[in-house]
Amino acid sequence: MNLDDMYRETILDHNQNPRNRGHLENPTKTVGLLNPTCGDEIALELELDGEKVSDVRFSGQGCSISMASASMLTEAVKGKSAEQALALAKNFKEFLTGSQNPENLGDLEALHGVSQFPSRVKCATLAHNALEKALSDKES
Amino acid sequence: MMDVTLVDLKKDFPILARPINGHRLVYLDSAATTQKPQVVIDAEVDFYTQHNANVLRSVHTLAEEATTLFQNARHTVATFVGATRPEEIVFTRGTTESLNLVARGFADKFLKPGDEIVVSPMEHHSNLIPWQQAAKRTGAKLRYIELSPDGQITLEAAQAAIGDHTRMVAVSHVSNVLGTINPVAEIAELAHRVNAVLVVDAAQSVPHQPIDVSQLGADFLAFSGHKMCGPTGIGVLWGRYPLLVESDPVIYGGEMITYVDRETATWADLPEKFEGGTPNIAGAVGLAAAIHYLEGVGMERIQSHTQELGEMAFDRLQAIPGVTVYGPKRPHSAVVAFNVNRVHPHDVAQVFDSLGVAIRAGHHCAQPLMQWLGVGSTARASFYLYNDHQDIEALAHAIEETKRYFRQ
Repeated sequence: MNLDDMYRETILDHNQNPRNRGHLENPTKTVGLLNPTCGDEIALELELDGEKVSDVRFSGQGCSISMASASMLTEAVKGKSAEQALALAKNFKEFLTGSQNPENLGDLEALHGVSQFPSRVKCATLAHNALEKALSDKES
Repeated sequence: MMDVTLVDLKKDFPILARPINGHRLVYLDSAATTQKPQVVIDAEVDFYTQHNANVLRSVHTLAEEATTLFQNARHTVATFVGATRPEEIVFTRGTTESLNLVARGFADKFLKPGDEIVVSPMEHHSNLIPWQQAAKRTGAKLRYIELSPDGQITLEAAQAAIGDHTRMVAVSHVSNVLGTINPVAEIAELAHRVNAVLVVDAAQSVPHQPIDVSQLGADFLAFSGHKMCGPTGIGVLWGRYPLLVESDPVIYGGEMITYVDRETATWADLPEKFEGGTPNIAGAVGLAAAIHYLEGVGMERIQSHTQELGEMAFDRLQAIPGVTVYGPKRPHSAVVAFNVNRVHPHDVAQVFDSLGVAIRAGHHCAQPLMQWLGVGSTARASFYLYNDHQDIEALAHAIEETKRYFRQ
């Protein structure tokens, strides 16, 4: 295995300079998720303007893959409709399991190397699972 | 000095010759599970190719052979840990099942509201959750022995936690994260002074040092075969004979009864009372082969070798800038947990793997200990009899590579 296949420059950049890290003043939805295999945790805060994700922040602790993936996700969904954001999360998860070609995934495409490592796929999809939970769970 | 004759042991373990990602495999995850020597693999193959049958039931030749091999394995384990009789050895799936058996079969029966179960924050979840749950079922309370700043149990701290209400004390012999070696004999004395029963999680000690239960002071002792060169799925609960007699079975079914009618059943004698269903016969045979292998090397030699590696690795890692090492400096067992500044343990382990170095990263099934350390997770290197100085150098090199890769 070549390490650079997993840790693409974009990933290291998002890990060291995370985008949208922090908290919103008035989040419409907040979802926290734990990865029980490693104890990593991510909280995603969304501000919804009607059907639109008008703002988003993430917080938590985890490996470079989970943190970079969360950072990339926040960039990708900001300004999108809830429906578009859910489609993106679904696309990304299928992309990592190899059943889908990348479709407007932007920086997230850099995470493709992770698909060779089932244990790390959980890290890469943690924020996406949180997003799905936030946007499909009416109670949260 | 390093025992030179031990260095040759790598050749007994066929998997250690397998290259990983183009590098020599440096296996530093033995606290999770150890690799298996050819003699253990052969023993399982021989059982299945020559002797396989169910035990304690049929009267044909294979059944007699299988039963003899199974009971001989029990004798081997009994002698290995100094049990007074083989009936004190209960075969289980592993340490976790052994500890759950004590919680269900003993604690549930004898604990009452207001009683206290004393544990420590360094426990593996398998020696914590069974007691949390037993406390919930019985109305007993959990009390913690607080750790010293470097992660040890001092006698003063044990004394402060063990009191008149203590009915059970459950501690690990050796921490699977901190490498701490706990003063079990002294804790036993404190427990017995108040008529409490001492349960010892020996998963990380029985593989590494001579154990004599008559000296140790424990009342129950749990360990796993797969952490001592044996197969997975076989473990042991040793208990003092009268305590096992008083304990209730927790798995009901075949071979654990003497008489059954439509409404009732009575239990078989020890140890069958606790071994309902067909046991892991080949696993027991493999475990016996592992014990013979370890005894051939010598448990004292294994102890001095793996502790030397643990202490050497502790010092080596502590000297690397940007590396935090956890647990006491001396004595330190064969487990060394560490973190590389600003690099998550998962990423550390991934770089290590690309260099053929296998370590564990995560919370090591000890989340309360992670909370005590104030970290989410750690990396962990752990050693066994087949490791050597070169492996420590490979570990140190891998840390330097990790720092370089993540620009730390």
